Amino acid sequence: MATLDSKIPSGPLADKWQKHKTEIKLVNPANKRKYEVIVVGAGLAGSSAAATLAELGYKVKNFVFHDSPRRAHSIAAQGGINAAKNYQNDGDSVHRLFYDTLKGGDYRAREANVHRLAEVSVNIIDQCAAQGVPFAREYGGLLANRSFGGAQVSRTFYARGQTGQQLLLGAYSALSRMVGQGGVELHPNSEMLDLVVVDGHAKGIIVRDLNTGAITRHSADAVILATGGYGNVFNLSTYARQSNATAIWRAYKRGACLANPCYTQIHPTCIPVSGDYQSKLTLMSESLRNDGRIWVPKKKEDAKKDPASIPEADRDYYLERIYPSFGNLAPRDVSSRAAMRMCDEGRGVGETGLGVYLDFSDAIKRLGEPAVRERYGNLFDIYHEITAENAYQTPMRIFPAVHYTMGGLWVDYNLMSNIPGLFVLGEANFSDHGANRLGASALMQGLADGYFVIPYTLGDYLAGQKPGARPKIDAAEFKQAEENVTAMTRRFLSNKGKEPVSHFHKRLGKIMWEHCGMARTKAGLEVALQKIPALREEFQASVKVPGSADTLNQSLEQAGRVADFIELGELLCRDALMREESCGGHFREEYQHPDGECKRDDEKFAHVAAWEYQGAGQTPLRNTEALNYEFTKMSVRSYK
Amino acid sequence: MVAPTAKKLFSVTLRIWRQAGPQQPGKFVDYPAANVSPDMSFLELLDVVNDGLTKDDGEPIAFAHDCREGICGTCSCTINGKPHGPGKGIATCQLYMRSFADGDTIVVEPFRARAFPLVKDLVTDRSAFDQVQQAGGFISVRTGAAPDANSIPVPKEDADLAMDAAACIGCGACVAACKNASAMLFVAAKVSHLGLMPQGQPERDKRVLAMVQMMDAAGFGNCTNQYECSAVCPKTITHDFIARMNRDYAVALFREKFKPASNASGGAG
Amino acid sequence: MNLLGSLFSSSIGRKFLMAATGLVLFGFVTGHLLGNLQIFLPPQKINAYGHMLESLGAGLWLIRLFLLACVLIHIWLAIQLTLENRAARPQDYGVAHINRATLASRLMARTSIVVLAFILFHLAHYTVRAGHPLWSEHTFTLADGYTKVRDIHAMMVEGFSNVAVSVFYIIAVGLLSYHLAHGIGSMLQTLGLKNEKWTRGLERFAVAYCWGYFLLNAAIPLAVLGGFVKLHA
Repeated sequence: MATLDSKIPSGPLADKWQKHKTEIKLVNPANKRKYEVIVVGAGLAGSSAAATLAELGYKVKNFVFHDSPRRAHSIAAQGGINAAKNYQNDGDSVHRLFYDTLKGGDYRAREANVHRLAEVSVNIIDQCAAQGVPFAREYGGLLANRSFGGAQVSRTFYARGQTGQQLLLGAYSALSRMVGQGGVELHPNSEMLDLVVVDGHAKGIIVRDLNTGAITRHSADAVILATGGYGNVFNLSTYARQSNATAIWRAYKRGACLANPCYTQIHPTCIPVSGDYQSKLTLMSESLRNDGRIWVPKKKEDAKKDPASIPEADRDYYLERIYPSFGNLAPRDVSSRAAMRMCDEGRGVGETGLGVYLDFSDAIKRLGEPAVRERYGNLFDIYHEITAENAYQTPMRIFPAVHYTMGGLWVDYNLMSNIPGLFVLGEANFSDHGANRLGASALMQGLADGYFVIPYTLGDYLAGQKPGARPKIDAAEFKQAEENVTAMTRRFLSNKGKEPVSHFHKRLGKIMWEHCGMARTKAGLEVALQKIPALREEFQASVKVPGSADTLNQSLEQAGRVADFIELGELLCRDALMREESCGGHFREEYQHPDGECKRDDEKFAHVAAWEYQGAGQTPLRNTEALNYEFTKMSVRSYK
Repeated sequence: MVAPTAKKLFSVTLRIWRQAGPQQPGKFVDYPAANVSPDMSFLELLDVVNDGLTKDDGEPIAFAHDCREGICGTCSCTINGKPHGPGKGIATCQLYMRSFADGDTIVVEPFRARAFPLVKDLVTDRSAFDQVQQAGGFISVRTGAAPDANSIPVPKEDADLAMDAAACIGCGACVAACKNASAMLFVAAKVSHLGLMPQGQPERDKRVLAMVQMMDAAGFGNCTNQYECSAVCPKTITHDFIARMNRDYAVALFREKFKPASNASGGAG
Repeated sequence: MNLLGSLFSSSIGRKFLMAATGLVLFGFVTGHLLGNLQIFLPPQKINAYGHMLESLGAGLWLIRLFLLACVLIHIWLAIQLTLENRAARPQDYGVAHINRATLASRLMARTSIVVLAFILFHLAHYTVRAGHPLWSEHTFTLADGYTKVRDIHAMMVEGFSNVAVSVFYIIAVGLLSYHLAHGIGSMLQTLGLKNEKWTRGLERFAVAYCWGYFLLNAAIPLAVLGGFVKLHA
């Protein structure tokens, strides 16, 4: 059984991080260059960590499966990044950002972690502005802000609709600088396929060069994973096609605990699926709900009709009907679930019946088309590009989609997993968002971890490791891990199957979405826990992976990733089944307030569930870490 | 307009460049594709064709892709001679099959440039762009050393213009479209983004000289001011940034040669 | 590396030299045209102008050498850059596709060859006066009544009276204008003398200039052939 010591420093909440920073061990500058650190992933967390650690003098090796670090999926984040700068003088403070984030997470995150996040948020903006990130400005040249969901202050910094891109390019430029100076050895097209644990410490990784197929061993004094979330377990999501959970899953299989996998966030306004071939769901900004009215036909038989031919009396503006006080601005999870209920009733619209209308005709009547165009023109354009429909004339069709996972590898306050020497940053860890993440918080967390947390906490671990004591790559553990990887590759390529990898990924996605999506039930999860192992068996027996191992082989890459998704999907359902409460991104139909809000059970579930691998075919162990709220009262999350 | 139901499916022929590796010879191979939905993205059609190839014991077509929403810059097909295919201001992943007609033959090739050596089929190695960045595409600021963000005001117009340049997704379409395989638009976008910000001034000269030097060393061609680059840029970045970089470069070159040198030593960067 | 070395070794440096020499040659052909247009004035104007140039002596040779250097640099760099550009795309596309590159920009190398041939012919024709031994003896007395100078007016009228020469001349200045149609904009872009706001205006200027340059140049042989400009008495 894993020991889960959160290592939260003692003392008043607001002083913990300061105090911790003065107390943790340091590595002297001359010794830093004797330590090698592996960073896997180059999104916001990975590239900021790699750059910063190299600036400190550590020898850093950065592995990224993309052809360039700049392509990591942080690039796609649109909205913005929160920071408690209080530049608007509207009453913001570190404490308020802390409180909003904790409450937004439905009181399932650690107080100390969230407070630290709020504290360093201000440094992030300073850092990024100094790097030349072209944040939106006011005419006086000072930084502009906008407001975002779950907050009553205006604290979101942004760069048009491409904030993630600009922050990532900032971190990438810092990384590039260190690569140019020789501080970071960059390994693009390199996928981590196993973690090497020596004497209980993470000391290396096994990597496949995606272009040549070469398998290499890399040893280090510490390993940092910043490999993002696992939302593609649902197949269709707003994630990039290649986003995967392989690094964290293989680490899990080496003993790292995976915490709260069931916390998945579903975004209500995405463009619906149009067919079987679909590979991706595109997010439409939630701001559309400010002026659009959401409806479905009252009668099932109208679902396929031209919306213009459905008279007002036959339309069901269900959000306005069910939630009269919030109407179309009902919270994300509530409106996502309501949309799904309408589709379950057979009233969903569009070719697939999985969609609801978001109608701007009233707004156009009220404000005029030019005003609507000015507010949402770019979104209407994206919608037109994808669907060829003109949303000024006919209502948009929207549907919810998976777009973030709050769960991830368990880490302590130092961002170290239960395997000493293995650190986990960004979306790949579970730490700061609890059961639900607020908008504009993901970028904040990724950069906080990489720029301002790991540079301190890594030293605390390394100070206890003898410089130059890292194992050689011919150690038995490396050999065993490499054999594990090559055996898996061999198995895939020699399998006499019939179906391509995508076939299984799609089926897994359907099971996950149907039984472990927006609304989960005991019965549904139990069905999923029957279906997924069966799918795994079938996958192993009949997946067909063409090509060879010694060249670029995208089928082989996908096969490994989907194999991991299938296993992770099962764990996700298991976690969802065991968590008999509703909170944030985990909604169990059995546990809800009469208004459809999440009904938490703080008596039984105010804890982190950290799953521990017990070997193939064994039921994993559910460890728990109690969440002790010393400074905040756990209350019912309500936005009324 | 109705949410179209029962869309008319159609057929096209994909004529795709197949090349097993950088040293092997390549050739075009035709792949008929039936039951194409106009709502399919072009890359989704490639997915479908690849699944078919897998089932029929063929080797799937290697193509680069990731976010499929036009921001990561991974996808990189030249379609009917045009990088990212028909359409303005989109990446390959944002191209939908409704842009084609029944019976079309669609010719798909990799981005072609000496500086982007071919890896396999439609996949090329664009790490030359990373090398250009590493040579100087940054503002040197150690983490933790930054002053308060509002202590450096940036005029809104400058920030907006910088953002226009910074929108570059590093896909390489500019290189692919240029008959000289020149990387001027890419480099100009980065140089201009940082050069327009007050934070970027101290290293402005050094940056443009270093980035251009690396660009030259990477084997890209020279600009002949034909603006094919900006015509295919998925972010419609203007070639006016190239003029800007030319100016910056000339000024930097002259200033560097005539600037008095200090005796100070050390200060490793 | 010294400044010149840097200019000659980098891509933008060489482009800059292309543009700078182009600017000089642009200035030269513009000046040359203005000089030639004096053919429409009484003969003593153009002959006095020619005499003024010839009397520069060593100065004239310096100018000529400078112009020659510009031409040579312009050509040398053009060849070098073009070879590099071809090498930068070792494998062509199966489908050729042009987005917006103008015909003028795509024909720069070809127009330049005709223009070069014309320059050589033109120099041989009027400067060396090959094939016209008598031209050296044409003299003209300026308005002061005693300065005898070369009779350029007569040389031009005689030269352009040959239809073949005139046709070649018109074609060559046409192609030179076409060369400039891309060259002017390209030069401004390369020198960075251009920004978002001027682009459109500069484009219009380039088009107007090229048409003006062509029409005014073509007017000279046409006027001779049409009998509007005759040998003076």
